[in-house]
Amino acid sequence: MEHTVRAYDEELDAMTAELARMGGLAEAEVADAVRAIASRDTALAASVIVRDERLDGLEMEIERKAVRLIALRQPVADDLRRTVAAMKISMNLERCGDLAKNIAKRALVIAESEPVTPLTKSIERMGELVAARLKDVLDALASREVDQAVAVWAQDHEVDEHYDAIFRELLTYMMGDPRMITACAHLLFVAKNLERIGDHATNIAEILHYEMTGRDITAARPKSDSLQPSGL
Amino acid sequence: MALSPPHAAPDISVAQMDKSRVKLDVQNLDFYYGNSHSLKGVSIPFEANAVTALIGPSGCGKSTLLRTLNRMYALYPGHKATGKIMVDGEDILGPGVNLSMLRAKIGMVFQKPTPFPMSIFDNVAFGVRLYEALSKAEMADRVEESLRRAALWDEVKDKLLTSGLGLSGGQQQRLCVARCIAVKPEILLLDEPTSALDPISSAKLEETVTQLKSDYTIVIVTHNLGQAARLSKYTGFMYLGELVEFGETAEMFTKPVTTRASDYITGRFG
Repeated sequence: MEHTVRAYDEELDAMTAELARMGGLAEAEVADAVRAIASRDTALAASVIVRDERLDGLEMEIERKAVRLIALRQPVADDLRRTVAAMKISMNLERCGDLAKNIAKRALVIAESEPVTPLTKSIERMGELVAARLKDVLDALASREVDQAVAVWAQDHEVDEHYDAIFRELLTYMMGDPRMITACAHLLFVAKNLERIGDHATNIAEILHYEMTGRDITAARPKSDSLQPSGL
Repeated sequence: MALSPPHAAPDISVAQMDKSRVKLDVQNLDFYYGNSHSLKGVSIPFEANAVTALIGPSGCGKSTLLRTLNRMYALYPGHKATGKIMVDGEDILGPGVNLSMLRAKIGMVFQKPTPFPMSIFDNVAFGVRLYEALSKAEMADRVEESLRRAALWDEVKDKLLTSGLGLSGGQQQRLCVARCIAVKPEILLLDEPTSALDPISSAKLEETVTQLKSDYTIVIVTHNLGQAARLSKYTGFMYLGELVEFGETAEMFTKPVTTRASDYITGRFG
């Protein structure tokens, strides 16, 4: 049902639209950063670095809108949860953008050294998985499907497993050939950044669950040990 | 995946309360103004030493419920209440209830300040004289204590013998609170006590209510949702004579259970 004061709905909708725009940009940034690593595309990497500024600007804009809403409309219940969630989700998306930008910067360095093809393939697979996770949670945000958010949250461990595998793989390469250490060290950070983007997607799933149900997501399913972070 | 559907909201949700904490217990109350059925099977517990807010659109029955709690309605012909209102285990709707003793036990403050046309001191002492024979010194103490508790003492201590009508609206309202608590009631009923006050006077009255809640069971009817949220521990949402939702205020304002309560507090109807 709509608010009696229609401007209230317009302001909430404007905030949500901004968040959707931000989600689209973050998703593309992450996907392009991974592609820049895989295809050694320095132009694409440079464009990711430039585009991140827009994400920072959008985060500030969403925060400004949310603060204004809280000050002028005093939202309660689902409106309050929606406003607070928008602020928190935009923070997580902004971090995703920063991490993608960092991946793009490393892509520029990695492109200068010898290709490490099998490893780049593993990173690409992990990147695609993380990008898909981010896409799924942003779809849940758009469709307001709580089950979809829970599904993203429940698959958190897959990204962690990928990261652990890449970590071991990188160690093997570095021990085998010290000349590869520079590229491998950068790839290790890339993998770590991807793992963190995965964590942000999980955070967003948690925030969405609270926004839509008013309850913590941990109530949706008992947490098993396999979901604990790897600690690396 | 075990997930309860997010949008299957119940029509009515009344949280249960541990009986030992209940000071005032309304059970299955119906109220009629002549032929109009204005409260329909309302059951609501009021916790001792806590503030409970009653909210809802105009005409939903919240003021009627409040006026039933001290049998104010008995002043008018054609008004009838059925059900039970238990105060300390006694049904105050039952026969043989001493109405003047009941109203000393259950005080009420109204929407608009209603000081008597007499001095500030006599406004507070008036009710006390009806119930107790105090010495001059005891009465002076009682008046001071009451004015202090109503957060008015510092503003009026030098002009106790001037007329209560000379005070500002906010001060008059706190004077009414002082008059009400001077007879040492156990329950305070506040019917939109700040609707005629400016924001600063409202804030002072809210502070008074916050101070008083440790000693009284307080029920407040308000149209100001922010006030209900700030002051109360429990909130009851009424609509068309029914109690639609009752529960802890913090829950009601972050995750209301019923769609009707949610729509009302978020400003989607009413």
